[in-house]
Amino acid sequence: MAVVENALRDAHGHLSGADLAKPLEYQDPNQSVRILGFWLFLATDMLLFGCLFATYLVLRTHTDGGPTARELFDIPGFTAETFILLTSSFTGGLATLAMRNRNRKQVLAWLTVTILLGLSFVGLEVQEFYKDVLEGATMQRSAFLSAFFTLVGTHGSHVSLGIVWMFSILLQVAKRGLTQVTARKVFIVNLYWHFLDVVWVFIFTVVYLFGVVM
Amino acid sequence: MPESLRQFADTYLMWQEGPMIWISDVLILLTSVGIVATLTYFKKWKWLWREWLTTVDHKKIGIMYLIAALLMMFRGGADGLLMRTQLAAPGMHFLDAEHYDQIFTTHGTIMILFMAMPFIFALFNIVVPLQIGARDVAFPYLNAISFWLFFFGALLFNISFVFGGSPDAGWTSYPPLSELGFDNGPGENFYLLALQISGIGSIATGINFLVTILKMRAPGMTLMKTPLFTWSVLSACIMIIFAFPALTVALALLMLDRIVGTHFFTILQGGNPMMFINLFWIWGHPEVYIVVVPAFGVFSEVVATFARKETFGYTSMVAALLSISVISYFVWAHHFFTMGAGADVNTFFAVATMAVGIPTGVKVFNWLFTMYRGRIRMSLPMLWTIAFVPCFVIGGATGVMLAVAPADYQYHNSYFLIAHFHQVLIGGVVFGMLAGMYYWWPKMFGFKLDERLGRWAFWFFNIGFYVCFMPQYALGFMGMQRRMYTYPADMGWGTLNFVSTIGAYLMGIGFIFIVAQVLYSIKHGERDLTGDPWDGRTLEWSLPSPVPHYNFAVIPTVTDRDMWWVLKEEGRTEELRPKKEDIQPIHMPKNSGRPFLMGVAFFVAGLGFVFNWYVLAVLGLLGVVVTLLRRSFEYDDEYYIQPEEIEHVESALGRL
Ligand code: HEM
Ligand SMILES: [Cu+2]
Repeated sequence: MAVVENALRDAHGHLSGADLAKPLEYQDPNQSVRILGFWLFLATDMLLFGCLFATYLVLRTHTDGGPTARELFDIPGFTAETFILLTSSFTGGLATLAMRNRNRKQVLAWLTVTILLGLSFVGLEVQEFYKDVLEGATMQRSAFLSAFFTLVGTHGSHVSLGIVWMFSILLQVAKRGLTQVTARKVFIVNLYWHFLDVVWVFIFTVVYLFGVVM
Repeated sequence: MPESLRQFADTYLMWQEGPMIWISDVLILLTSVGIVATLTYFKKWKWLWREWLTTVDHKKIGIMYLIAALLMMFRGGADGLLMRTQLAAPGMHFLDAEHYDQIFTTHGTIMILFMAMPFIFALFNIVVPLQIGARDVAFPYLNAISFWLFFFGALLFNISFVFGGSPDAGWTSYPPLSELGFDNGPGENFYLLALQISGIGSIATGINFLVTILKMRAPGMTLMKTPLFTWSVLSACIMIIFAFPALTVALALLMLDRIVGTHFFTILQGGNPMMFINLFWIWGHPEVYIVVVPAFGVFSEVVATFARKETFGYTSMVAALLSISVISYFVWAHHFFTMGAGADVNTFFAVATMAVGIPTGVKVFNWLFTMYRGRIRMSLPMLWTIAFVPCFVIGGATGVMLAVAPADYQYHNSYFLIAHFHQVLIGGVVFGMLAGMYYWWPKMFGFKLDERLGRWAFWFFNIGFYVCFMPQYALGFMGMQRRMYTYPADMGWGTLNFVSTIGAYLMGIGFIFIVAQVLYSIKHGERDLTGDPWDGRTLEWSLPSPVPHYNFAVIPTVTDRDMWWVLKEEGRTEELRPKKEDIQPIHMPKNSGRPFLMGVAFFVAGLGFVFNWYVLAVLGLLGVVVTLLRRSFEYDDEYYIQPEEIEHVESALGRL
């Protein structure tokens, strides 16, 4: 990433980069370029979910005589999942805020809380899937269920990956403190986490709410 | 033991498939042993590892892409010749139906994904950082990962030929034909996994180069001073970022259908195959622009350089590139006008398709106006550019014919279509990439490719092209459908097919001349000592050839669009030479073996899924996670090149 630094040197080799007026994660141009790259990655991930949503919308009524959305979805269950995930996004935001305030202890604490909330979200989701499967609503049963499990499951595996990733960053902050590099990592993993939250809001609306209402 | 060994060979090495396969088995084995022996004999393993497999230098990565693309052009071309041989006369028995199916599938897939894509990525890598005055791409480590994902994806695809069996459902791989119920062999799995792995690499390349272009241009190079090739890369990257996720999803869902038993695209239990076809072409149509737009960029550079004139209508060229990248996203349904979507939908997509012709036409006219009254030099890059113009104009015209939805009911999936897309893909992409290869070859290797052999290649390839594909337009109108492995004599298609096959062989000879040209030029090619063999206009020509690994000893400040040209005109080229007092330590990324190992891990996982060997699959995926995590914990991945070293290199090049 050195490279960016090189590009920012003027003809006389002076670095026109580091800007201490900016938030910690943006001060070093090398790090801020990585943040831009991550935004673009999120755009591709958004499109990926977009395609899965489109598939779900096409197939949601193709139940082939099997269980329908209305029969399957359990309102307290997905409401709890939603509540937990939204809260975790908030605590993730608090971690970023603590990072900006250079408060390492708080960063560690809020990341831990976020990870725990994430784990309980995944736990609830696994429980939901398990219950569906016991009732014979497997992803092999109908096109609707294939699309449902794939869309929601893709989100769930993104969350699981996010947990592993966040944990690895927690270790790095614990070991190295808050530097421009670890700050950027905290910032990016939280971007990812908020993104998953946004996707979940769509899942909540398009899959669950439409499912029980329509 | 021998019994189980024989069974293994029968299942996986396909000894029963006839001599073609086992001759290939033996040849591949011999070649591999040969390569290993040569490397060992010359003690080159360390060199290979240190200089190439672990490199993060964009120029070397570009060269590796280039070599891969040329090899794949050979493989895809050989497939093409096999098909044309089979079709040379009615009732041929050179290939049977199953082999024909496999060969058109591997031909199409390889040409688009493992020839055209790495070819454009080769030029992205070799040219973009040099053109914008940068020392590397934004994410060098990710760049290496992209390459190795492409490489191992291509390897996975290619080994299917001798290990397990090739895919045979066409490069579009439509379900339900490609569903487990109709296609249980490993071939289809190879297709899905190979494309998935290399596709992830392509998305990463798209992100990487978009950020590179947006963030790493030299001081003073505003977007409207950026060279047109770089603009074309920017446009292609936007399309990659928007299109490839659709492919990822299409492939993943089909894979779930095949491996897990879901019902996305089956006919039973509510699945809908049209959903795959939509997702496939939401990627597929932009994909053809992804590969052709960089060729447009090459033509813009070549025309300006060899006509010694500023490109006509720079702003309109940029606008055309950007509008292509938007419109190409709204035309996908023209690939299935006949599938019953209804008149409104067809009308929308027909009109959108014709609309892409407008920016494309703007570009063609701008190239012509740039050439008009220029002092044109007919070197190889220019020759291919000029040959491109009529070829692409005819191809564009037949494309508009195909876009007329009602008429498409007549020639949908006929040889008319085959002729059309080869005309744009060969005339646009292959001609463009060859022009680019000739143009930047001296920059990569420090010598020019031999003109005389190149002209032979050019004429064989061009004449061969028209002889091969023009008859196919007629065959299409006469009712010959694509993907037919043979036809009866009384259809009256024999003569035209025979002519077409002759053309294909002429193109094959053209390719051999290119190989000869490269081999000959390595020894006898004209050395490039100036760094500027074509009298170029953009920044890369201000550097020595080949370029030192840090690119620019001192980052230039840009004031004009054709910076280097302006400096030459005004006799100020000294300004771009490094001065001793300006040289600072340069921060560079360290080499790493991990991108290569991550590619290996993906390959192992892919192989595991292909054959449903889940232990292998899990091991591979574990490897991927471990390499990712190790990277996350890596902090010491950069080093400084000291001024003494830079001064040493620059003085040796006579620049200091
Ligand atoms: C070297 C010259 C080439 C020859 C002689 C050739 C020949 C052929 C032939 C005979 C077919 C099969 C037609 C059929 O039976 O349906 C075919 C299909 C195809 N070719 Fe080529 N081709 C050449 C170059 C290329 C290039 C450069 C590209 C792309 C960059 C390409 C892309 C395709 C595709 C996508 C298909 C469709 C495969 C399918 O039906 O699934 N070809 N080609
Ligand atoms: Cu198209």
